Amino acid sequence: MALALQTFSTVKDASAALKSAGTLYLGGGTLVVRATNEGDVSISGFIRSTEPSLSAITVSGGKVRIGASVTMAAIARHPDLALLAPAARAVGGPAIRNMATIGGNLFAPAPYGDFAVALLALDAIVSTGDGDLPVEAFLAGRDNSRAIVTSVGFTLPKDGGLRFLKVSRVKPKGISVLSITAVLEQAPDGTVSSSRIALGCMADRPMRARAAENALLGRKLTRDGIAPALAVVGDGTSPPTDPIASAWYRNEVLPVHFGRLLLG
Amino acid sequence: MAKVPVQFTLNGSEKAEFIDSGTTLLHALRDKIGDTSPKGGCHQGTCGACSIIIDGELRLSCLTLAETCNGADVRTTAGLSEGGGLHPLQRAFLDAFATQCGFCTPGMIMAAKVLLDHTPNPSREEVVEALSGNICRCTGYEPIIQAVLTAARSNSQNVA
Ligand SMILES: Cc1cc2nc3c(=O)[nH]c(=O)nc-3n(C[C@H](O)[C@H](O)[C@H](O)COP(=O)(O)OP(=O)(O)OC[C@H]3O[C@@H](n4cnc5c(N)ncnc54)[C@H](O)[C@@H]3O)c2cc1C
Ligand code: FES
Ligand code: FES
Repeated sequence: MALALQTFSTVKDASAALKSAGTLYLGGGTLVVRATNEGDVSISGFIRSTEPSLSAITVSGGKVRIGASVTMAAIARHPDLALLAPAARAVGGPAIRNMATIGGNLFAPAPYGDFAVALLALDAIVSTGDGDLPVEAFLAGRDNSRAIVTSVGFTLPKDGGLRFLKVSRVKPKGISVLSITAVLEQAPDGTVSSSRIALGCMADRPMRARAAENALLGRKLTRDGIAPALAVVGDGTSPPTDPIASAWYRNEVLPVHFGRLLLG
Repeated sequence: MAKVPVQFTLNGSEKAEFIDSGTTLLHALRDKIGDTSPKGGCHQGTCGACSIIIDGELRLSCLTLAETCNGADVRTTAGLSEGGGLHPLQRAFLDAFATQCGFCTPGMIMAAKVLLDHTPNPSREEVVEALSGNICRCTGYEPIIQAVLTAARSNSQNVA
């Protein structure tokens, strides 16, 4: 097997090397090494960078910056990121979480990408060697991206402002039937004043549920209050059919789980 | 294909080898270094049979490139027994009939070891969570969970 790994101390040098055909950036390797183990001959070499900023987490004044090489395990145990721990812990088993990076999760195709769903609901900014992009635009263009993701940044919601749910058949850990993240703000009377809802496994990559977001505005999180949002949460979805669930099943259960997330 | 040097500590002893670039750690350990305790079940990250401990963290050797382990402290089940005696986890797996064909056992024991290193008295839920990336196709999970809980108890008795 002709595979070569090249390691660079700077992102700049790694970016230059990544211009060669057949090379792929190596994060934790949980998807790409699996691909080469399975005989993916389109990959002829891996490039990685050990620049220390890629492994750093900074939290200051409610602003978070997570380097692209930070693992799910490091996020799950970070004392200032408790809000995101459920989403980080939802990725694979313990060994996978020690390897899986936040950068790699942005590229993970459905049914993977649970953490990227949370980043989409947080309206994160993805920084790359080529500049910054809102996560939604980044996800839309990721198939043609050759830039190295260096970090992800976002503003921490208030305590309780982020709700995450992953539905899987195998307990305690399994691959997603679907996942949902809601970042909500509520006025003192309990009505929703701002909402961002992101869905995983309801398309080939994480997507926003904009109709449901709008339907929640000005409503209370009661059974009656959320009914209009439940009715439209499936708008624009095109879930995959895979060994975990059919597209039909995913569409059927989405409003049920969305309701539980909002009322729970 | 150019060979590349790799050098790391395996169960406390220095190892240095020339390997093909892109070789997985599982392949390097089993076929170059001769430590066959990590098993290759799926090579996809799914079964956990290849689990090992790198710098104190549980990892999958089938998805780790050996070159990324230069300078690392690598631990496998082969290094667990001390002075010819079984490690408490190994002893508990035998006593609790937690190993039938034994293929999953080294991975299970590595996952359990990391848990007990950090959480000496785990709850049942913590054991289940710690083993959630490891698949057993014959013993069944209950004896394995009981073995880990038993090893934890015997450890704490030894310490007391
Ligand atoms: C058994 C198993 C269970 C899993 N369970 C889950 C799960 O429950 N939820 C889930 O979301 N995922 C799951 N995954 C998928 C995967 O582990 C995660 O999505 C992980 O976050 C991918 O990150 P990585 O660092 O391993 O990516 P890699 O495999 O290293 O890379 C994946 C892709 O991202 C690109 N990439 C990585 N980092 C960068 C960067 N910094 N810049 C540019 N490109 C980059 C790579 O070139 C490649 O195309 C699972 C995988 C396995 C094997
Ligand atoms: S062989 Fe590595 S997880 Fe199965
Ligand atoms: S003992 Fe046979 S797979 Fe677990």
